Amino acid sequence: MSETNGTILSVNNLKTYFQTEDGVVKAVDGITFELKKGETLGIVGESGSGKSVTNLSVMRLIPEPPGKIVDGDIIFNGIDVRKLSIDEVRKIRGKRMAMIFQDPMTSLNPFLKISTQLMEVTQLHLGHSKQQAYEHAIKMLQTVGIPDAKSRLDGYPHEFSGGMRQRVMIAMALSCDPELLIADEPTTALDVTIQAQILELIKDLKTRMGTSVILITHDLGVVAGMTEKIIVMYAGKVFEQAPTKELFATPANPYTKGLLKSVPDPAHEEGTELYQIPGLPPDVAHLPPGCPFAERCERAEEICRVDYPPFVQINENHWSLCHFAKEVYAESQAHHVK
Amino acid sequence: MTEDKNFPNETSENGEELITENITVESTEAELSATEKPTEVYDAETAARVRALAAANRFDDESEVLISLRNLQVFFKIGGGLFKETKYVKAVDGVSLDIRKGETLGLVGESGCGKSTLGKAILRLTEPTGGQVFYNGKDLAHLSPGEMRDQRKHLQMIFQDPYASLNPRMNVGQIIGEPIRTFGLKNGGSVEARVQDLMETVGMSRRFVKRYPHEFSGGQRQRIGIARALAVDPEFIVADEPISALDVSIQAQIMNLMERLQAEKNLTYLFISHDLRAVRHLSDRVAVMYLGKIVELAGGKEIYRDPLMPYTKALISAVPVPDPEIEAKRERIILTGDVPSPINPPKGCHFHTRCPYAIAECKQIVPQLVEIKPEHFAACIRISPEHPQIDENHAKGLGVVSEGAPVSQR
Repeated sequence: MSETNGTILSVNNLKTYFQTEDGVVKAVDGITFELKKGETLGIVGESGSGKSVTNLSVMRLIPEPPGKIVDGDIIFNGIDVRKLSIDEVRKIRGKRMAMIFQDPMTSLNPFLKISTQLMEVTQLHLGHSKQQAYEHAIKMLQTVGIPDAKSRLDGYPHEFSGGMRQRVMIAMALSCDPELLIADEPTTALDVTIQAQILELIKDLKTRMGTSVILITHDLGVVAGMTEKIIVMYAGKVFEQAPTKELFATPANPYTKGLLKSVPDPAHEEGTELYQIPGLPPDVAHLPPGCPFAERCERAEEICRVDYPPFVQINENHWSLCHFAKEVYAESQAHHVK
Repeated sequence: MTEDKNFPNETSENGEELITENITVESTEAELSATEKPTEVYDAETAARVRALAAANRFDDESEVLISLRNLQVFFKIGGGLFKETKYVKAVDGVSLDIRKGETLGLVGESGCGKSTLGKAILRLTEPTGGQVFYNGKDLAHLSPGEMRDQRKHLQMIFQDPYASLNPRMNVGQIIGEPIRTFGLKNGGSVEARVQDLMETVGMSRRFVKRYPHEFSGGQRQRIGIARALAVDPEFIVADEPISALDVSIQAQIMNLMERLQAEKNLTYLFISHDLRAVRHLSDRVAVMYLGKIVELAGGKEIYRDPLMPYTKALISAVPVPDPEIEAKRERIILTGDVPSPINPPKGCHFHTRCPYAIAECKQIVPQLVEIKPEHFAACIRISPEHPQIDENHAKGLGVVSEGAPVSQR
């Protein structure tokens, strides 16, 4: 829990609920995880699974109302983030923890020059003078690989390509050398070659600056190469949590298995049709009493529709929310060993 | 599931000959009414059926070309004015391509390479500025607007953004029914029946007919978009990034739906995507586009197994593989920089500014698309049928081995 043993972020039983006309939406319902210094954690899930809300909660960016963090602890470097006042949060946010969003077009202000937006960060957090901020902004643009940084600085967001905008976002996020970088679908809107560049850039900056990273994505391919451990979320819950290699090799949750099978895999695929998880993600406002995935699950049995599944510990670092976690794990092992 | 259904392929074939709308409609209705239930679950049985159908339908005649592009150009004029030089964005710069009947041709490339413009130009949603688009012996690019309108029945499009491409003020029934009414394919009450059939074809419940787009998830909206495209019973569909905005599990559903519909209705797809995994999964052949030009064209598996042109190599190496073991080992070719501006594309081979194998000649010679291996075309002056592998050629110090046209001096 303390920063001494290298844990930079520890989230314990986090619950973030939203009050809607439809009732209470338990967007995040009891999430627990830990992030060590220099580590990269992947959070995988479909839209509505709560992966973004988890991280918005960590950043205290949940709009209140309708949202509210109703329970749990968020300890960032020994600081209890939940107890901070808004002013105190503002001092940390953007400085010690920063976020990159999916859509760099909507997260940059279209009316302001890139220079204004980049300089603002360091002027605010590091007390830079205009000149210092300007020089720092150029340096940051160069760091993230924007050619001709000096002249580009005077441009407006629309003059940048998607990949370049994302680089600007990363430059902005990294301006104050944060300890934690939360990247929410950073490459989803980008082309593969640019995605490869951006991922490589994040990897590189991570090793150079020792930043811890939380990478939120729906793309299992992206987390496979980037992360040390992975959390799979579904309907606001952690469905599975394991070291990356283990999760891919021997998943212990039917949802994870389904996800893995539904991605075309250019390295293995040989003319097979895709596995398809039937149905739609559930309405989080009206979850059934049993397992939220039961409706779509291949191996659901009566108990799954009635009783809420247990969070089963498979081994030291591997957990799965499933009545049949051990069985699913055993099947994965048998399949993998083959 | 529709077990005992015959899938009439006559519709489209008749449709070519007979412009008379009634006939098209009749066969369409017969075809659709047989689809009673939404095929939401893609079980082993369906999969087997789809595969059997696909095998029967596709490539019975390899050479049958549905759409033929000849030197297609789309230039956008920018700038200009009294003292300014007029410039052109060469979004599509002389593309010649045959799309075979019943196939899925994947079109990949980075954003800004012109792939969407190419798709739109075929349907004349963007006017081509040069070249021809042959469909059934007619040159679509030079039809009058009225004549083109008639052809639109056979040529449809599915858009990327299921949020922006559906009118928020129209309910599902109106959205799907609109093209049916526009083309006069049905009158009065039976449009509703047709709409409901279409909804079931794409795996949506009939109950949703009065709902509005905002009430649906992205995947459901994409189904609406597909149903709308199918409403006129087209032969050819341009699918422009149809799954990019969707969740992974929903992507699989839409891809499977597209495959099933293709098999059932003998559709031909131009599948435009930057998602190379999806393209590989769906496509029979893949064309790679870079700055308005096709730089490589080959069978789907072939192009992944043995990409020849350096850009394709980089593109394929950039695809993240959902396997940590492979990801840890593999070496990625990281291209530097973005796609250059199409306003002033690099001279010679457009790719030379980012190409690790570029030599001086690459700036002076425009490479031609050459058949390097059977059915495998690539545009690169450093590879040829005799010397297909650029790595080896590079190691041996081979320079220009293939044909090309010199850069015109202006």
